[in-house]
Amino acid sequence: MATPDAGAAMQPNSEASRMLIATGIMAALLAAAPFLGVYPVFLMKALCFALFACAFNLLLGFGGLLSFGHAMFLGTAGYVCAYSAKSWGFPPELAIALGTAASALLGVVVGALAIRRQGIYFAMITLAIAQMIYFFYLQTPFTHGEDGIQGIPRGKLFGLFDLSHQLTIYYFVLAVFLAGFLLIYRVVHSPFGQVLKAIRENEPRAISLGYDADRYKLLAFVLSATLAGLAGALKAIVFQLASLTDVHWTMSGEVVLMVLLGGMGTIFGPVVGAFVIIALESYLAPFGQWVTVITGVIFVVCVLAFRRGVVGELAAWWKARGG
Amino acid sequence: MQALFGQLLIGLINGAFYAMLSLGLAVIFGLLNIINFAHGAQYMMGAFCAWFLLTKVGIGYWWALLITPIAVGAIGLLIERTMLARLYKLDHLYGLLLTFGLALIIQGVFRNEFGSSGLPYQIPAELAGGINLGFMYLPKYRAWVIVASLIVCLSTWYVIERTKLGSYLRAATENPALVQAFGINVPRMVTLTYGFGVGLAALAGVMAAPIYQVNPLMGADLIIVVFAVVVIGGMGSIMGAILTGFSLGIVEGLTKYLYPEASNTVIFVVMVIVLLIRPSGLFGREH
Amino acid sequence: MKLFKQSLIAVAVAGTLAAGAVQAQISDNLIKIGVLTDMSSLYTDLAGAGSVLAAKMAVEDSGIEKRGIKVEIISSDHQNKPDVGSAIARQWYDTDKVDVIVDVPNSGVALAVNQITKDKGKAFLASGPASSDLTGKACSPNTVHWTYDTWMLANGTGSAIVKTGGDTWFFLTSDYAFGHALERDTEAVVLKDGGKVLGKVRHPLNTQDFSSFLLQAQASKAKIIGLANAGGDTTNSIKQASEFGIVKGGQNLAGLLVFLTDVHSLGLPIAQGLIMTNTFYWDQNDASRAFAKRFAPQDKGIHPTMIHAGVYASVLHYLKAVEALKSDDGTKVVAKMKEMPTDDPLFGKGSIRVDGRKIHPAYLVEVKKPAESKGPWDYYKVRTTIPAEQAFRPLKDGGCPLVK
Repeated sequence: MATPDAGAAMQPNSEASRMLIATGIMAALLAAAPFLGVYPVFLMKALCFALFACAFNLLLGFGGLLSFGHAMFLGTAGYVCAYSAKSWGFPPELAIALGTAASALLGVVVGALAIRRQGIYFAMITLAIAQMIYFFYLQTPFTHGEDGIQGIPRGKLFGLFDLSHQLTIYYFVLAVFLAGFLLIYRVVHSPFGQVLKAIRENEPRAISLGYDADRYKLLAFVLSATLAGLAGALKAIVFQLASLTDVHWTMSGEVVLMVLLGGMGTIFGPVVGAFVIIALESYLAPFGQWVTVITGVIFVVCVLAFRRGVVGELAAWWKARGG
Repeated sequence: MQALFGQLLIGLINGAFYAMLSLGLAVIFGLLNIINFAHGAQYMMGAFCAWFLLTKVGIGYWWALLITPIAVGAIGLLIERTMLARLYKLDHLYGLLLTFGLALIIQGVFRNEFGSSGLPYQIPAELAGGINLGFMYLPKYRAWVIVASLIVCLSTWYVIERTKLGSYLRAATENPALVQAFGINVPRMVTLTYGFGVGLAALAGVMAAPIYQVNPLMGADLIIVVFAVVVIGGMGSIMGAILTGFSLGIVEGLTKYLYPEASNTVIFVVMVIVLLIRPSGLFGREH
Repeated sequence: MKLFKQSLIAVAVAGTLAAGAVQAQISDNLIKIGVLTDMSSLYTDLAGAGSVLAAKMAVEDSGIEKRGIKVEIISSDHQNKPDVGSAIARQWYDTDKVDVIVDVPNSGVALAVNQITKDKGKAFLASGPASSDLTGKACSPNTVHWTYDTWMLANGTGSAIVKTGGDTWFFLTSDYAFGHALERDTEAVVLKDGGKVLGKVRHPLNTQDFSSFLLQAQASKAKIIGLANAGGDTTNSIKQASEFGIVKGGQNLAGLLVFLTDVHSLGLPIAQGLIMTNTFYWDQNDASRAFAKRFAPQDKGIHPTMIHAGVYASVLHYLKAVEALKSDDGTKVVAKMKEMPTDDPLFGKGSIRVDGRKIHPAYLVEVKKPAESKGPWDYYKVRTTIPAEQAFRPLKDGGCPLVK
């Protein structure tokens, strides 16, 4: 798996401030985007998936663990949020919180089971559990199966902000995304993040240094699951819909692609990857038949020739310039 | 009781399919450490090749059994030479991602070309009809599936585990440099082995064509189940894959009888349990 | 910038219309029809490109463009996913100025589009989906449900079969909401007409192998095996039923949701004897044959299914209403469509009820034996005709708030 530049571990001030400036630019662009003519619903979809991809990247890029069942967190939070908002009348902030908590809980259970194994076995256990959860959701009545939970009310955030206005909900989504993004950034550049990277590079050595590798991996897994859940719950409120697509294994594959394309182990990579893939799907919607094929081609090209992803390649090029 | 026998027999037949499919996967992973996610798509290509041979060229089932694995296997050789070979130095998961992407491309292209309702393929005349066994009516074709699968599985196992060629292959996986030093062309063996595994998938596809609808997505959901079988059996073990394939077919058959709604998930439940107790699978060796 | 300008215009137009425009007018002097269909998965052949073609033919045959009103048709693929479909519908209404959405052969997507159409005051001609909720608890003043629905299928097939002697049933049901609903509705009808249900088995969605379920069906000795499933599950179960000699052994299969294209992909040797309900068959009369003759060459030889026919007829009627009203305001046009009786070459004379349900006769058909068929696509013989008033659920039973 691609490794981020070792120099980042030292965190000299210039590195940190460059990151913050980049984040600031990203936030400013996103805040201005609706006024530049970009369709807000498209942006919100991209932001939710960007959060999902960032959460996944935490586990894959920084933790070195490929989970092939992350859709279960996206979907579980979506369903719980949807059900509580629609059938129990929860206000949006509570519904989203409940959904996220549900995914966190699921993350603890699945993580405890899966962490003990490595590599392909870890991936297979997560896939197997995700499949079981998919079939569970397919059959239980509360999800309405193939129809999904529809007509979820957007409600009033904190009783004050009416989320049925497009701009209001857009800034809410942007705020949540930025919060999640910054959280991940802090985690990665913290002592916890350093140990995680050490474990990814050489687990036996980390253990010999006294670190409980399993506990760190589990923590990373749960954090990743929680943030993926946050993305899912948010998406349910934005689209007023929670469906089986979000728990299907192809969704797990899609997030892998976003991270791979954007750049594994980079902070901005998943965001870029998510935006590119969502834009591609939007653009290709009239030619729906070609979406799968093109997705496959991108996978193949990335694996063969573009392993560092967009952001990774850009960073390498910048470095080569001596920047 | 009679109904139960019928269900068990059906389970055995399904197990025969799982065994044949997981055999190809086990060969590829066990010997080459490649996680071939395109296996389902290659199975589908086998079925389509059979359909093509029948409808466009007029070549029937029996010849298709011979031609298809070679044709699709050749495509496998191409994939290995041009793409997979570049990934051997990297983490295995890249191989998984590449073959996953290939599967998406293959399935997408076939679906665009042939639609998704499926294409008809009749059971060959020699195997049509059935035998009344008393407790159930067994179609002759299904009986043939068990026989053919056993032959293919056991001969493959024999070649790999008991012949000199097989031992070269196994040695080459353990220590390619040393085996190469003995004058054996390791890269070529690897390529041929991948092609062989793909050919096995295609063969399963031809056998499936008369009874399952030939459609571009026929391998898509199957691939995950087959992976589960291989993982349970132990990823290095050929016999493990065969035995697990057959047994899981029976377990699934029992579930369909006792609690049908769970028949899709029972394999995954078994997989999770097995992996927790025996991390390398039932017959696996540590890698 | 183009998008920005378009959004400004859209906002201005929407504002004008919403403010209760003084005179009715056609927005931007263009009627934009969006055909939202499945172009890449299960329903590609029975809807898909054929639906777009049917819409085009309807626009041509209406002659509306010769009378000065411009019509544009766009299309997209919802891939049978409610989130993809609802995103497309939203974008079409918000930025692409689509006035009416047509087809949508998937109930989950249709329910989502139904809601969005109502929220935005546009029109939805649901000629593809099956859910009877669209004219029941989810009914809307902006939606017309054409072609068929689950109640009609269950009652048409169930009732007609019991009355012609098929009085013992075994259900093979797809284990998800749609399958359950179909099984429940058909069972109710069978019992009401004096039949008996000897057993049922639920299979997971997208099952490859039905042998063990078919074994149970055989053992039950029920005269009729009801297939409460759809798409690949239906064709697989029919194919394997033939393999296990079920029809030869004297039992009949009742397909609760089967289309002409499914029969085509199975072939007559396997599908013969299958009984089902459709509301359109291309070989019924001269008008339908003429339509098929124009349709098939433009759709890779596929003959029109009832879904295709529904797209054609609903668009035709919609354009009539628009022309009469001189407006494309969704709510008003749908109201006008309910006011005007329908008359088209494919479904004949009919009407649209206050709950949005289009009424027309249904046909119980049986698949011919290979010897009875004169060629490809000559697959059905009509067993009985169910009159329009009986074919669909009574108005008062739906729970639709629009029905007073």
